[in-house]
Amino acid sequence: MPRKVVITGLGATTPIGGDVPTMWKNSLKGVSGAHTLEDDWVAEFDLPVTFACRATNRPDEILTRVEAKRMDPSTQFAVVAAREAWKDSGIEEIDHDRLAVAFATGIGGVWTLLDAWDTLRAKGPRRVLPMTVPMLMPNGPAAAVSMDLGARAGAHTPVSACASGTEALALGIELIRSGKADVVMTGGAEAAIHPMPIASFAAMQALSRRNDDPEHASRPYDLDRDGFVMGEGAGALVLEAEEHALARGARIYAELAGSGVTADAYHITAPDPEGLGATRALKAAMFDARVQPEDVVHVNAHATSTPVGDKPEYTAMRAAFGAHVDNVAVSATKSQTGHLLGASGAVESVMTVLAIYERQLPVTINLDNQDPEIPLDVVTSARTLPAGDIVALNNSFGFGGHNAVVVFRNV
Amino acid sequence: MASNEEILAGLAEIVNEETGLAPEAVELDKSFTDDLDIDSISMMTIVVNAEEKFGVRIPDEEVKNLKTVGDAVDYIAKAQA
Repeated sequence: MPRKVVITGLGATTPIGGDVPTMWKNSLKGVSGAHTLEDDWVAEFDLPVTFACRATNRPDEILTRVEAKRMDPSTQFAVVAAREAWKDSGIEEIDHDRLAVAFATGIGGVWTLLDAWDTLRAKGPRRVLPMTVPMLMPNGPAAAVSMDLGARAGAHTPVSACASGTEALALGIELIRSGKADVVMTGGAEAAIHPMPIASFAAMQALSRRNDDPEHASRPYDLDRDGFVMGEGAGALVLEAEEHALARGARIYAELAGSGVTADAYHITAPDPEGLGATRALKAAMFDARVQPEDVVHVNAHATSTPVGDKPEYTAMRAAFGAHVDNVAVSATKSQTGHLLGASGAVESVMTVLAIYERQLPVTINLDNQDPEIPLDVVTSARTLPAGDIVALNNSFGFGGHNAVVVFRNV
Repeated sequence: MASNEEILAGLAEIVNEETGLAPEAVELDKSFTDDLDIDSISMMTIVVNAEEKFGVRIPDEEVKNLKTVGDAVDYIAKAQA
């Protein structure tokens, strides 16, 4: 039997709360993190989309000024969430050579990169900050978290667009099972609410244009869904070998029982319309975790609220779970948080873990007219999970045809 | 034209902004690396900010000669003269 991996610490900084307790409380209630953007650049560029889900707490106001100065906002979010998760784990003494990091991002330091480009054009090369490259590199969040914790068993950065955060957990499992680490700080961070990515996502018709009503714009599975809403922030989970956690008497939230990672090899942005890659990821994850479809009671779906994306995920779940899909309670929490891109898988995994631990489900908001082609049991109001052994999944899919699924089980 | 005291105060402000060190810790006889623990990347940022603040140019090959805060103050004062 492979080593068992358990979750012992959680952290999050999101559009519906700057820490895990706040985010969780709001996710059960159902709040929208979407608001009209106040930034000058919205009007300056006459952006076609004028709203997004900003993180509720600015990381540069939490970190010290000097810390924040040397970090891109994506790295700032990562460090804030990782510190909360680390504190939550209660780990005090550890062999730092046995502590690893797997911290993802989808885009990386886009603010740093484009600010430096502006500086270069306006003021010349002498004024480009020497820290520009280490701040913009996509491994920046993982590197900063590694230095912050003294994690010396490797610091990794899975990059697979919006599947990145979930792939970080998948990698964390492998690091522990293979014996390369006993504890892994996993997560994902994103800070891409910048006019350039907004313009680009809007150009590909991926973003909702509900500019006059931001709070109702992210509406997965609804007939009137018209695109996703950009979000930002970070999620962090402390993965620990079970024997390591038991030896120190840790509080264990859940087991991270397995993962499935596949590629569509179909289209750079569109999901396979039959959801074949997602189906294989779901089946691979359940096989890896040694669970049956009938064990699954809850899925935190990828469900971004795009017209083309939501249905193939349903098709995949029906293919992977069979008729049991009708018994699975599905939460589409991007309806609340927006889409945190490379952080979404981590934030949603935090919610999935808490769903198991608290036996309560985060709700899906804005589902007024459910798409009849997606007849899932969507959780729209407070609901509890049954006692006994339960399994819950978190799905994440990314541009590039990346599919990542992780499986959590109660302990 | 700034006096040496003004240059020191301005430099202390730049160092504080970059590193968080208290401005009063930035004294003439302090070594940037040994006393103030300023690495080469921070040093370059400090140099570029000092160039802008005092309207001088500090060539990269000169930076290694600026071992102490006093060296930097003297260099800036001469460059301004």
